Amino acid sequence: MKDYTSYIIAAYGVAAVVIGFTTAKICLDYRDLKKQLARFETREDKK
Amino acid sequence: MFKYANPTHFLRLAGQLIPWLAGLTALTLLIGLYLTFFVAPDDYQQGDSVKIMYLHVPSAWLGMMCYMVMTSAALGTLVWRHPLADAAQKAAAPLGAVFTLICLVTGSLWGKPMWGAWWVWDARLTSELVLFLIYLGLIGLWQTIEEPTQAARAAAILTLVGVVNIPIIKFSVDWWNTLHQSASVFRLGGPAIASSMLWPLLIMAVAFTLLFFTLHLMAVRNEILRRRLRRLTILAASAEEPLDALEAAQ
Repeated sequence: MKDYTSYIIAAYGVAAVVIGFTTAKICLDYRDLKKQLARFETREDKK
Repeated sequence: MFKYANPTHFLRLAGQLIPWLAGLTALTLLIGLYLTFFVAPDDYQQGDSVKIMYLHVPSAWLGMMCYMVMTSAALGTLVWRHPLADAAQKAAAPLGAVFTLICLVTGSLWGKPMWGAWWVWDARLTSELVLFLIYLGLIGLWQTIEEPTQAARAAAILTLVGVVNIPIIKFSVDWWNTLHQSASVFRLGGPAIASSMLWPLLIMAVAFTLLFFTLHLMAVRNEILRRRLRRLTILAASAEEPLDALEAAQ
């Protein structure tokens, strides 16, 4: 029986990178939105 | 039920649910990966390349399930014009694209050693590629139309048109002569797969489903915040405009 380790590593590697990238993007987007909203509210309070 | 469809209630609920869902996702994923690599046996024909199946099959299911979530949200947009349905639609499209991409790439990585080809224009593979292109089209549509309500309606119509592809993907292996194997889990007469392989597969499917719901909840929350920010920006700009006009006149 042949060894297909390289294909398995490639498959799980691609999935980990794609899911990791998507999760990071969503988390960073949330942080950025919260920051923008907080900045906005501070500006409104000063007015 | 409708109480939680209110964006403010939804944000509060999402804030409470996300950490639990994320923890549960990590736990089931770890169990699933342990069973895949240390418990599930190699296939007598495919050898250890069968390990790719534990990733490929749940991604394929999730790619289709995500589309069904979008279809329900599209109905919510068109029938009730609910802003949360718009946000749910928009947030699901990139996730569907991600799961479908994983399905296509892992399928290709399995196909090369087993079929001798990275890609064949088989009915199952082609309909899955069409699903990926529909997701890309929907993401593009959301980015092209600036006004969120208009974008939601256009995306909802395209989603409802594209839903015809889901039964085509599911039944392509029965309707046409395909290189892709026929259904071996959800079929009449029960699963045709050994329980030693079925359990790891089902646990990986549960892990992927939890991952989808966690990421979807997070993305819907982002979308609600983005809309709130947009509304506040417009309100602030419209409040400043008369003053600007007055200053310009002086």
